[in-house]
Amino acid sequence: MLWIKNGIVIDPKNKVDGEKMDVFIKDGKIVDESEVNKEECKVIDANNKLVVAGGVEMHAHIAGSKINVGRTMRPEEMRIVRHTANKLRVSLGRVLLTSPAIGYEYAKIGYTTAVEAASPPIGSPHTHEELDAIPIVDKAMLPVFGNWHFVFKYVAEKDREKLKAFIAWAIERTKGYGVKVVNPGGVEAWMYGGNVKNLEDEVPNWGVTPKEIITELVKSNEELDLPHSVHLHCNNLGNPGNYQTTIETMKLVSGLANKKRQTLHVTHVQFNAYAGSSWRDVASGAEEIAKVVNSMDNVTIDMGQAIFGHATAMTGDAPFQFTLHKLTGSRWVNKDSEIEGGAGIVPIVYLPKNPVHALQWAIGLELGLLVDSDKVVLTTDYPNGGPFTEYPYVMAMLMSRKMREKELERVSPYVQKATSLPAIEVEKTLYDVIQMTRSLPARVMGMENKGHLGIGADADVAIYSINPDDVDPAAQYELINSEFRKPVYTIKGGEIVVKDGAVVAESWGRTFWVDARKKVSLESIDEDLNSFFSSYYTIQRKNYGIQEEWLRNPVRVEVN
Amino acid sequence: MDAVCTFCGNVCDDVEFDVNTQKGKRFCALGLAKFREKERIKSPMIDGKEASYEEAIEKAADILVSSKKPLLYGWASTVNEAIRYGVLLTEKVRGVYDQCASVCHAPGTLAVIEEGIPGGSLGAIKNRADVVIFWGSNPLEAHPRHPTRYSVMAKGFLINDRKDRKVIVVDVRKTKSAKMADKFIQIKPGYDYAIISALRALVKGEDIEANEVGGVPKEELAELADMMKNAKYGVILYGLGVTQSRGRDRNIENAVKLIQLLNRYARWIIWPMRGHYNVVGAGEVPAWEVGYQYAIDFSRGYPRFSPAEFSAVEMLLRRDCDAMLVVSSDPAAHFPRRAVEHMKNIPVIQIDPFPNMTTLLSNVVIPSAVAGIEAEGWAYRMDGIPLRVKKLVDSPYWSDEKILKEMLRIVEEKLEG
Repeated sequence: MLWIKNGIVIDPKNKVDGEKMDVFIKDGKIVDESEVNKEECKVIDANNKLVVAGGVEMHAHIAGSKINVGRTMRPEEMRIVRHTANKLRVSLGRVLLTSPAIGYEYAKIGYTTAVEAASPPIGSPHTHEELDAIPIVDKAMLPVFGNWHFVFKYVAEKDREKLKAFIAWAIERTKGYGVKVVNPGGVEAWMYGGNVKNLEDEVPNWGVTPKEIITELVKSNEELDLPHSVHLHCNNLGNPGNYQTTIETMKLVSGLANKKRQTLHVTHVQFNAYAGSSWRDVASGAEEIAKVVNSMDNVTIDMGQAIFGHATAMTGDAPFQFTLHKLTGSRWVNKDSEIEGGAGIVPIVYLPKNPVHALQWAIGLELGLLVDSDKVVLTTDYPNGGPFTEYPYVMAMLMSRKMREKELERVSPYVQKATSLPAIEVEKTLYDVIQMTRSLPARVMGMENKGHLGIGADADVAIYSINPDDVDPAAQYELINSEFRKPVYTIKGGEIVVKDGAVVAESWGRTFWVDARKKVSLESIDEDLNSFFSSYYTIQRKNYGIQEEWLRNPVRVEVN
Repeated sequence: MDAVCTFCGNVCDDVEFDVNTQKGKRFCALGLAKFREKERIKSPMIDGKEASYEEAIEKAADILVSSKKPLLYGWASTVNEAIRYGVLLTEKVRGVYDQCASVCHAPGTLAVIEEGIPGGSLGAIKNRADVVIFWGSNPLEAHPRHPTRYSVMAKGFLINDRKDRKVIVVDVRKTKSAKMADKFIQIKPGYDYAIISALRALVKGEDIEANEVGGVPKEELAELADMMKNAKYGVILYGLGVTQSRGRDRNIENAVKLIQLLNRYARWIIWPMRGHYNVVGAGEVPAWEVGYQYAIDFSRGYPRFSPAEFSAVEMLLRRDCDAMLVVSSDPAAHFPRRAVEHMKNIPVIQIDPFPNMTTLLSNVVIPSAVAGIEAEGWAYRMDGIPLRVKKLVDSPYWSDEKILKEMLRIVEEKLEG
């Protein structure tokens, strides 16, 4: 039992904004004062300190073949030792971290939940093996659907019942949490050397368009009422002019409603918010996108903020990765995966003086500043935009125009004419950034017990040496930037895992997966599964996927 | 009973094996031989005397804890769960982790570091590849079911039958695999790099001055370059003929550059024909746990990767390790004589189901259950696709996972005590 005493709580989900109060923890949950025996509580003095829920990472690439090939390709990333072997595991990595390092580093900035945002379905056991090797944080993973031949087939046949059954089957087999879509149709086109450019392009051999794929997947996802909406990486990523594709895509869900959450989450929008017609006249399309997102009540986004320095692009968007390889001349990994899609990996370094990189950096911030705080989640699309360990920097930048002005001095002047960042006066509040890093991502993911400190919530808490009553984040941005990097305490499931910025105990989180099988007729797709497996797969249907008992600490979330 | 074969990198998951009758279905000869009963290590042994599992593991832990720099080697023929304990154990005792790839496909890993790897899964080949090149690899003898399941006769999404596919074998001698090919190109040993360079020039549309490269006439190379450029979806499947001949990692690097270039004209991928059933896992597990695939030294309390320094053969040749743990491997039969001589001078612990040359010089021998027959766990097929190998029968032998988990526990106790 824990008693967090006299902390200043910010808890946007419960509309608590800087209230001095106590938080009680019992059996891994936040409980009412009456539930605990104060005599037996370990007391944490949080006087004049900020008490918030543990951070929720809703989009990062933290496990599976992509990041592991990245590690293999980049031994130079491993030369930074974060923790030597002693009581805890050795942990290392500059931006690409080892599995133990991922758990430790999230905890060290006060984050307690992390979602792997793209797993090739057939590789899901590998993804889970790596998730199981990440200490401390709770986890979930999203299998990728947008280029899976089953999806093309059911979309072409306009058979939504079968598509729903297939989604339920696939999520159960992969022990996934929701429907991820990456460049729908484009990765299949890449198998023939191409890509799709707009929503009306046809996918080779299938006669379906990205528009139809997205629409059908969103409608199926909503009819299944999965906890998370479709999680979409838009078509045309990384290309000048793509902001229009992004806006058209968002408008596909106009009129769809869900009381609990959005009906479409568009991810790492920075990479999909470019105006202009080429790299010569590329500019920001963030303002237009922000207007659309703010005007819709069923779309959320995350930033995909670029951080100057090293990063590694890794995505299921295989054709884009080839483009990036050609553009940068850098190393290139590609992986065409059975009939499910593909992936690519390319190292990258964002340079402040490079006009395009500075533009990417500015666009991420524009999105974070211009989109309402209950619609934009803070992410770097780790490790695509950069390390998640820099979230405190992004938080400080969102809160301080002065800090932005200072940073603008060191970046390419191109951003002055190509973006609106220098003119943006918005300064987000502590409440806003806590929302963007806690309550909103939890709501976007449909994780009811995460991201807040209400009774019944998971006892995931971060305590920072920041006094909300006393601090002016706009002026004291350095304090914000430094204190969010070293929580006084990170508490995960009621256990103190970080003290004064250092990991003090290793715990093992849970893996959430969604079971929607009761809502569909799996028999309806039985023949199709048999036929596809015997014709096109190289493993037997009976050997596909992962049993719950093979996971370290699974939690089944049943959808009724 | 439904089984998953634990012999080669194909990890065929469509086989059946009856432990009572010792009969199998759909196996190749190599896989069936592995599954059939054969001589086992009967009991744990310490210095040739029978012992209990507990005693042998205790002794092994003693050796590891009291040595300055133990080498923990093997891992390619066991499951990921065991490998993971092996990595944790190496980290704990501040030893060196190395695995079988360091004497076979590791040059391919070095090439990944230099150039990446434009690849695909075996299903991508089955469904799409209309041009398949085996380069320095001999699937019919090393991965017998590869051609039928994945690469030559396999039918798929775009491939109706064998006629839809051109198969080319490039090798220094006419192997069995060469006979199934549409075209066999015999090259002079050690000329892979030069030939790949010539192909790169030709694909780019440049001329080459020589009339022949590595024993292949210019016209034949031009024809091959042309075929590559006009493929719809091509694949190079390379073997040890490329990684272990002159040029080693530079050969693969050059081949990857050829693939990068070809993708400007057609879709092409390249992939190694990995050998042991889970040699991929022996690299993947340490990569996520400690950042590198092989040749990892923990003596400073953090991992360092240096292939020419910390790979097993080099460690032994330099006499740089004072104890060795060998798991599911037989270095005594395969390493250079001088390396094996050092093994004779240091305490060696072996964990393996079957007796082999290494057993003869091991001080502690711990027999283990055969993964895929007596124990289950994750293995990664040659293309990284995970498959759960099965347990078909109970056995008195402990699994590698159980042995290593217990060894780690005792080592931790001894280190803390």
